[in-house]
Amino acid sequence: MRNLQLNSHGELQHLLTIEGLPRTMLTAILDNAAPFTEVAEREVKKLPLLRGKSVFNLFFENSTRTRTTFEIAAKRLSADVINLNINTSSASKGETLLDTIDNLAAMQADMFVVRHQSSGAPFLIAEHLAATGLDHIHVVNAGDGSHAHPTQALLDMYTIRHYKRDFTQLTVAVIGDILHSRVARSQIHALTTLGVPEVRVIAPKTLLPASVERLGVRVFHDMHEGLRGVDVVMMLRLQNERMNGALLPSPQEFFKSYGLTPEKLAQAKPDAIVMHPGPMNRGVEIDSAVADGTHSVILPQVTFGIAVRMAVMSMLAGA
Amino acid sequence: MKIHIQNGRVIDPANGIDRKMDLFVAEGCIAGIDKVPKGFEADGIVDASGCVVCPGLVDLSARLREPGYEYRATLESEMAAAAAGGVTSLACPPDTDPPLDEPGLVEMLKHRARLPEFAHVYPVGALTVRLAGERLTEMAELAEAGCRAFGQANVAIVDTQVLLRAMQYAATFDFPVWLQAQDPFLARNGVAHDGEVATRLGLTGIPVSAETIALATILQLARETGGRVHLTRISSAAGIEMIAAARRSGIPATCDVAVHHLHLCDHDIGNFSPHARLDPPLRAQSDRTALRRGLADGTINAVCSDHTPVDDDAKQRPFAEAEPGATALELLLPLTLKWAAEMKLPLLKALARVTCDPAAILGIEAGTLSVGAPADICVFDPKDHFRVSRQTLHSQGKNTPFLGLELPGRVRYTLIDGHLAYSTAFV
Repeated sequence: MRNLQLNSHGELQHLLTIEGLPRTMLTAILDNAAPFTEVAEREVKKLPLLRGKSVFNLFFENSTRTRTTFEIAAKRLSADVINLNINTSSASKGETLLDTIDNLAAMQADMFVVRHQSSGAPFLIAEHLAATGLDHIHVVNAGDGSHAHPTQALLDMYTIRHYKRDFTQLTVAVIGDILHSRVARSQIHALTTLGVPEVRVIAPKTLLPASVERLGVRVFHDMHEGLRGVDVVMMLRLQNERMNGALLPSPQEFFKSYGLTPEKLAQAKPDAIVMHPGPMNRGVEIDSAVADGTHSVILPQVTFGIAVRMAVMSMLAGA
Repeated sequence: MKIHIQNGRVIDPANGIDRKMDLFVAEGCIAGIDKVPKGFEADGIVDASGCVVCPGLVDLSARLREPGYEYRATLESEMAAAAAGGVTSLACPPDTDPPLDEPGLVEMLKHRARLPEFAHVYPVGALTVRLAGERLTEMAELAEAGCRAFGQANVAIVDTQVLLRAMQYAATFDFPVWLQAQDPFLARNGVAHDGEVATRLGLTGIPVSAETIALATILQLARETGGRVHLTRISSAAGIEMIAAARRSGIPATCDVAVHHLHLCDHDIGNFSPHARLDPPLRAQSDRTALRRGLADGTINAVCSDHTPVDDDAKQRPFAEAEPGATALELLLPLTLKWAAEMKLPLLKALARVTCDPAAILGIEAGTLSVGAPADICVFDPKDHFRVSRQTLHSQGKNTPFLGLELPGRVRYTLIDGHLAYSTAFV
């Protein structure tokens, strides 16, 4: 299968998924992000790397946080940012996804940052751009269905490297709704690619996808067992609509078994870090005492997220 | 019109014939085989040197999209595809708009299809009104209008009591019931086989149990009602085993497989290729292996095209939003030949699965070259390969996962009731 994400020189053409990207590429993105963290501390927080470029934030699914961080990242690189919230109702009025793309491409877009409710939508866009001779336009996947959220995983990797330095000595646990989580899938691919020897997933059977162990993870259903000796704890957000129904009986019961409390966290290594992609459901997947506690690196994740997105965008623009 | 088909290798699975000989057609029927019938003087000669002469193919599932979906395909476009694919008889599922639940609709379709160059069309009547799974259709009336079987296309009957009644009622008149085994709850929102590929791609899975649970229900009701049941588009190894076991226990159930499922599995979804979005879904490699073997050993009775032309607008969407289905009338023969070659099966055996075996399921006098039978004949060159492309497909649907692939077996001539419906000389 052709790797859509790399151009003929092996440079990053699009960022659609972590799966299939070489370790050197992931490391390069993390290395490139480092200097951008300093930009944020300057008086003038702008670099001219994307001056004159138009970045379109195409959000077919609502997200304030991710859209904002992409917007900040693009603006700090001096790009012109156009935000489009295309809710499903206007899409259902007739214009197809590819019609939308053709129209925006005709407005001389240089980059599309795409969030879509359907898995694979950014692939469809990237393939369409290639088929119509518009492959100078870059696509960044800002989350597609349950498939991938590569920039989130990269900022998580940046955070882990910041606190833990060496990936090859770590035990990492990803906890919660793996079944529906694009974040979890991208995290798992990033961790295994970067050489983390043990990646665990902890969840009830209703929230695990089929054959998940084939992604290279160890499966646990018990938090105490799964957290034992862990260096990094990665929590996932549990969507409201999954909480009461056939997947889970109630948020309270989920919290009882899978909510991260100080007591459960005590199973992990004393210097373990706790991460969460946000927004958090306090009292559902995470106890406030942990979210606000000394192990938590949840706010630094957000700060690093801007630097990582700047790194990705500048690498794409340079390709 | 009397036609003399010369120098071909005649393969007629119904009569166990595989030998180089001549075939003589007169008055729309096979007038003679090997020996010139008395007083036969050909008006036309078909040179079949280097070619196989076999019965026209019988396809158990081809959507013609009429009535209701004429923007996707028309009778004209799909009949051209059938003729180009050597298909001379086809059953069309009732999921038109409106569904084939009234005699008038069936009559209209049969009337529209009554052109000499068109394949014989056998509409499968809807088992329930509007396929809604609530009220039975007027099956006796529909049968009079030309329906030889009743089914639900891909729509499940959720209420098992309605399913039981429908099967009982059909059994009263000995009407065959064609059903696709897929539990609607386990398949809910599902778009791909529930396995590693769906997990990696973040696609909602359809577990194999969606097929086996529905199969268990249908087979149990078949035993109870004693009706004739045909299971359409089997997709899993477990499903095949259940059907084999049911047959051993005396339930005379038959089944078919879609030709795509003989060659593809869930890995072929690749980077979310909407062409690989099919219903039932492409399953695991081990399932594909079992389907290929099951068709070879006869556990699966027939292979069909499951032809489903879909317009580009409905296909070029994110995987889960794309309409399922693939165009395949013209690929049924080449893909069957490819399967046969890979399984090292003699053509005599392989071609049975697209000629006499499906004809028996449909209960029609077709799929044979017996003297006196209707002259539905396919002449193809088994050594000639061609590349599948949007340009070469006659079907209005260009949606196939085999685009760009080289396939064996190019049809040279198609005769329907002795009428030359397709010839490469025309192209």
